[in-house]
Amino acid sequence: MKSIVQNVLEKYNSDATRLMDILIDVQEDQGYLPPPVLAEIAETLDISEVDVLQTVSFYHFFSTEPRGKYSVYLNDSVVAEMMGRAKIAEAFEREAGCKFGEVTEDELIGLFDTPCIGMNDQEPAAIINGVIFTELTAFRVKEIVNGMRAGLSVEELRAQSLGDGMNASESLHSTVDNNIHKTGAVIFSDYDPGEALAAISKESLSPEQVIERVKASGVRGRGGAGFPTALKWEFCRKAKGEKHYVFCNADEGEPGTFKDRVILTERPNLVLDGMTVAGYAIGATEGILYLRYEYRYLRDYLEKILADMRAAGQLGKNAGDIKGFDFDIRLQFGAGAYVCGEESALIESAEGKRGEPRDRPPFPVEKGFLGMPTIVNNVETLCQAAKVVVKGADWYRTLGTSQSTGTKVLSVSGDCKFPGVYEIEWGFSVNDILNMVGAETGEVQAVQVGGPSGSCIASNEFSRILSYEDLATGGSLIIIGERHDLLKVVVYNFIDFFAKESCGSCSTCRALTMMYRKTLEKILAGHGKRSDVQAMLDWVPIALASRCGLGHTAPNPIVSTIKNFRHLYEGRIVNADETFESSFDLETSVAEANRTVGRKL
Amino acid sequence: MDKKIVATTSLAGCFGCHMSVLDIDERILDLIELVEFNKSPIDDIKTFTKHCDIGIVEGGCATSENVHVLKEFRKNCSTLIALGECAIMGGLPALRNNIPITECLEEAYLNGLTTKDNNPDRILPNDEEIPMMLDRVYPIRELVKVDFFLPGCPPTADLIWNALTALILGKEMDLPYEVIRYD
Amino acid sequence: MAKIVTFSIDGQKCMAEEGQYLVDAAETNGVYIPTLCNMTGVPPQGSCRVCSVKINGKLTTACTTKVSEGMEVINESEEIQDLRKAIIELLFAEGNHFCPSCEQSGNCELQALAYRFQVLVPRFPYLFPERDIEASNPKLFKDHNRSILCKRCIRAITDERGRRLFAFGKRGDRIGISIDTKLAANISDELADRAAEVCPVGAIIRKGRGFAVPIGQRRYDGQPIGADVEQAK
Repeated sequence: MKSIVQNVLEKYNSDATRLMDILIDVQEDQGYLPPPVLAEIAETLDISEVDVLQTVSFYHFFSTEPRGKYSVYLNDSVVAEMMGRAKIAEAFEREAGCKFGEVTEDELIGLFDTPCIGMNDQEPAAIINGVIFTELTAFRVKEIVNGMRAGLSVEELRAQSLGDGMNASESLHSTVDNNIHKTGAVIFSDYDPGEALAAISKESLSPEQVIERVKASGVRGRGGAGFPTALKWEFCRKAKGEKHYVFCNADEGEPGTFKDRVILTERPNLVLDGMTVAGYAIGATEGILYLRYEYRYLRDYLEKILADMRAAGQLGKNAGDIKGFDFDIRLQFGAGAYVCGEESALIESAEGKRGEPRDRPPFPVEKGFLGMPTIVNNVETLCQAAKVVVKGADWYRTLGTSQSTGTKVLSVSGDCKFPGVYEIEWGFSVNDILNMVGAETGEVQAVQVGGPSGSCIASNEFSRILSYEDLATGGSLIIIGERHDLLKVVVYNFIDFFAKESCGSCSTCRALTMMYRKTLEKILAGHGKRSDVQAMLDWVPIALASRCGLGHTAPNPIVSTIKNFRHLYEGRIVNADETFESSFDLETSVAEANRTVGRKL
Repeated sequence: MDKKIVATTSLAGCFGCHMSVLDIDERILDLIELVEFNKSPIDDIKTFTKHCDIGIVEGGCATSENVHVLKEFRKNCSTLIALGECAIMGGLPALRNNIPITECLEEAYLNGLTTKDNNPDRILPNDEEIPMMLDRVYPIRELVKVDFFLPGCPPTADLIWNALTALILGKEMDLPYEVIRYD
Repeated sequence: MAKIVTFSIDGQKCMAEEGQYLVDAAETNGVYIPTLCNMTGVPPQGSCRVCSVKINGKLTTACTTKVSEGMEVINESEEIQDLRKAIIELLFAEGNHFCPSCEQSGNCELQALAYRFQVLVPRFPYLFPERDIEASNPKLFKDHNRSILCKRCIRAITDERGRRLFAFGKRGDRIGISIDTKLAANISDELADRAAEVCPVGAIIRKGRGFAVPIGQRRYDGQPIGADVEQAK
């Protein structure tokens, strides 16, 4: 009989570019990736073991050691902390009898930290063996751990009430909530599966005409960078290559954003049709939906929708009844790495490698997946484009502002009455949003716009307008109330996150994030000096020499708070004397040696 | 022109940097015209007798005594120079920085090749006259503000000479390629 | 024959074959652009960022950018020079670089760049990371304290079947370089020499050898790194 590993390898034709799938399948079967298994994979793929291991060790959901029959990944992002994560962590440690980062002696339960899992509107939340547990309480933790001891399955451990909307559907059966508090004209309006393709076929639109229509609409990338979507498609269409590829970026790793999860749950056909439309426009035959591993629970659901689409002729040969257009879509999962949201890192990951961003040029539109012309579009962007194809550019331009057309789906979390998802037209101010979500403006200390890589603004900027021309955002707004220690709870968490999530391959991003973290630690400990604060501002140009956006924006949490909340830094500078450092403490530093030699201070 | 007053010390160093000061050879006669030494092993003055213009520190901080001396230097000197790799980044003594101090002490006094058979009572020195060991070796700038850094192990005599004369005469420091060395 | 393109570096007119990488094109024009991770004959990676230049106003790495007609390159502005100096300082502060006791001292490219840029002390705090030394291989030491993670060994050292002997492990603040114990166990003398040679610092050292060249005669004792390029002008 063939080993499981050999079966998996065979399933993917022993293709090293499918290493991510191979590792995920093997780990899901065995619970972890034992070194002999890695050796077997390396042998079959004819690559070295360290080469396999460098991919494995890049992603934090992969492990070469057992992580327990039940592996608990408890979110440790800012909003989780704000919503009481510490108490939940304590409860897990107490009930399970081991610390975070450890596995119980009987190998039953493993406890691990994980950055934002895309459930900011229902924190504290955890992933246990791929199943999402939201709105955890100490009581629930006790119940869950008792259930583990009793040998219940994760499905049995999960709360019996299912989430709203499609979360309750048979193939999803999830407790996750959508929390859609406001629907808009583009994303959460009615959409019939296949509608966008039908429009192409009915109007006999050529790929160029599709690109023209998207261009006329003014759709720009919704991931945050705001690149004109049609331009990307046009570049890719014109680029030479045997094959062209469409990627949908559902990595959604920016802490605080979760709207793609909701869009994928409620409007999967709009997303997948968006990919198909893009595929038609650029001349692709294959589309890949790259999802973060945190969203693994959506797999069966999405696979079923893909199967339905194939059955309905919306995928496959002459997809959507468009003659000569053959197109199909497959899912590709990551395994826990924020940087994979960067398009070239995402492509590297999809090729079975470490998610290290590439040097540009060449851009993915010229040389992307497997060296072929590739577009990578955000989930929401593809939806916007698909709707434009159905309803026309003129209709679309009536939404939003002249520079920022259409709608934007916001992920709102933190200190407000109604955290969740809101689809609004571009052009509203931060104040409008705060009113909409039930945040008491007087009690809001700061709003983190666009996640850690965005900026942290104070009330004097709440009149700014959400738009590409003023306050551009990928859509995440974290509302931070007065009661939180902004530097300790928010800023430190963010810079620590960047230091851990840097791919580590380029020197400036890797090392500078550590320098920022160390300097902030010093300030938080009350040993900072004015010159330390100034130094952190002076370092910004160095960050801009990094290879990708992660490195460029990593100082933002610190720099934007120095700019907007300088008093918080200055309030922590106890030592006004620049001549001596207060961080050195003689008593502490001699303690161990004195203890060892038996000496009293 | 009034002579500048200079103090020097070696903390956790090997005195190699001080040797390099002497390596300025006959220029030492010119130096004597420009400076007066106060607390320094060069003239064996043990305590500061007046405020100094320039303090030169060799070595990092490995013991409580190093900390004490360094702080005295900062208090008594207008300008402080870190001389050599050890003062700048801990140098070779800092190779122990990621080894717990207990392990270091046990290796030195109990388990080391030259001590394991010669310390039958397994004594770890703890006389109160002996300075207390720090958990790691600290670059001096982690304790006090340092005005100038002169790298090298030891710094070249030319680097020391160029730096001192520039400082004393208030002119720009000359830094030709050969003078900066880390070894 | 390849097409010749005209471009400029700091206002100086340069010519090179189209498709040449900017660092190489600069070199043929007698202009030195400092590099650390770049290596002749191996595809560039843009890891160290030391070769950062401004091209038509945009910051980018010269090792990964191909020259094109009319390109305007800024190589030696105060801003660029300070950026490079800062990167070198970062690498020193990030690792454990004990030059006085390192076999590679005097031949080390990181150290040589620090000399060239007159680094007296890094502007960053020393991190003193906990890193290990791997000495189990019969021919090579791998001292991770000294690694600058430039990926040269990862990219250049493969066996006859193209399998890598070195690779990254982990990421971000925990990243390191691993050696494939199985493949490296029988490493040939030639490949072991090559591994030590491609390392710009002293992180990969050939066993049984060290301090082979006396002080005064080492690669960077006499003249700065890059001087050969500039003198060839």
